Amino acid sequence: MQVDYQLIIVGGGPAGLAAGLYAARGRIKALLIEKGATGGQVLLTDWVDNYPGFAEGVSGFELMDKMTAHVDRFELEKKFAMVSGLDLQEEIKTISLENGDQLTCRSVILCTGARPRALNVPGEKELTGQGVSYCATCDGPFYRGQNIAVVGGGNTAIQEALHLTKFAARVTVIHRRDELRATKILQEKAFANKQIDFLWNAQVQAIEGDDNGVNQLQIAYNDGTTTTLAVTGIFVLVGVVPNNEILPLNQLHTDAAGFIITNTEMETSIPGVYAAGDIRSKNFRQIINAAGEGANAELSAEQYLAGLK
Amino acid sequence: MASDKVLHVTDGEFDDTVVGNNLPCLVDFWAPWCGPCKAIGPVIDELADEFDGKIVIAKMNVDDNPATPGKFGIRAIPTLILFKSGEVVDKVTGAVGKPQLVELINKAL
Repeated sequence: MQVDYQLIIVGGGPAGLAAGLYAARGRIKALLIEKGATGGQVLLTDWVDNYPGFAEGVSGFELMDKMTAHVDRFELEKKFAMVSGLDLQEEIKTISLENGDQLTCRSVILCTGARPRALNVPGEKELTGQGVSYCATCDGPFYRGQNIAVVGGGNTAIQEALHLTKFAARVTVIHRRDELRATKILQEKAFANKQIDFLWNAQVQAIEGDDNGVNQLQIAYNDGTTTTLAVTGIFVLVGVVPNNEILPLNQLHTDAAGFIITNTEMETSIPGVYAAGDIRSKNFRQIINAAGEGANAELSAEQYLAGLK
Repeated sequence: MASDKVLHVTDGEFDDTVVGNNLPCLVDFWAPWCGPCKAIGPVIDELADEFDGKIVIAKMNVDDNPATPGKFGIRAIPTLILFKSGEVVDKVTGAVGKPQLVELINKAL
């Protein structure tokens, strides 16, 4: 039976682009579907200092522009559309698009990624865009000379806290533990930065504001004492949740948090279906991991396709 | 593909182009350094083509035009504000999907 593609890659972040690069070079009839612009969550990142080969560092924007240019050089077919559903269980997989179109293929690589996790505290939803932000590189310039907070203690939180000191007068990092998880070089930079201070063992209980947006945070320390912090902005950088809403979760094995479980060759529980990047169940979510997994997933898919012949 | 139907408005043109327009107007407040703004760019172009003649789709660069975003209390981008007869009908913040933007636009049609 005829299919539209041998391989469809869903999602155009670093994992999807790496998979696409390998597919294009492997002369696989492949399609990459992306809902917005290629780049994924890296587009939320101000600066990337840990991608090998970029010795001087690179902006998240430029890195993803280069990855996109790389797949374009090998003429990977790309489509900008929203996927509304996937039927993966049969040998021929069907991917439905939001405009009603259906595409068939023999193998699929799921690279739908993840998005920032919310705190789920009172005021957060109401004040999103009015002082509550999940993207420091987008919204930092609106806080020139102001006092703001960053919630989180990982690489993303500390990298972006440092970025925000270019704009804000003072950045208070609120972290629920007494030490940071961020890599040591970022910790050293943050501790040396006089514009950054820390609230340790502390959690945001509520975000308060008025018509002008956020003006105060209610904070509880782990010992039960409470305090308030006057800020006009709060950047929530406390990890990610999976973009799995479009995925057939009744067909795929996932972990408790909803990330897709694969083996070391990126195979999911369904033959011919692979997952790579932040959507995959794993400990560490890094750009280089995502790219490596994308390449691995595509090579696995190629092997699977060869076996079908 | 970038649509030639998308208007690029400045602070100086805002009152005439958006507030005074007979058609409803969706304004995308964006900046060149904002990744998610870039991400919704293709969707904005598609909407401009699909709703041509029914609604004006405009973009305002907040770097070059600080007055209008200040007036509307914009502190995050992308923010999209829907205007009808000069009044704010509704707004959304962040790189939302096309179905959500179509739903937003339908509130003014």
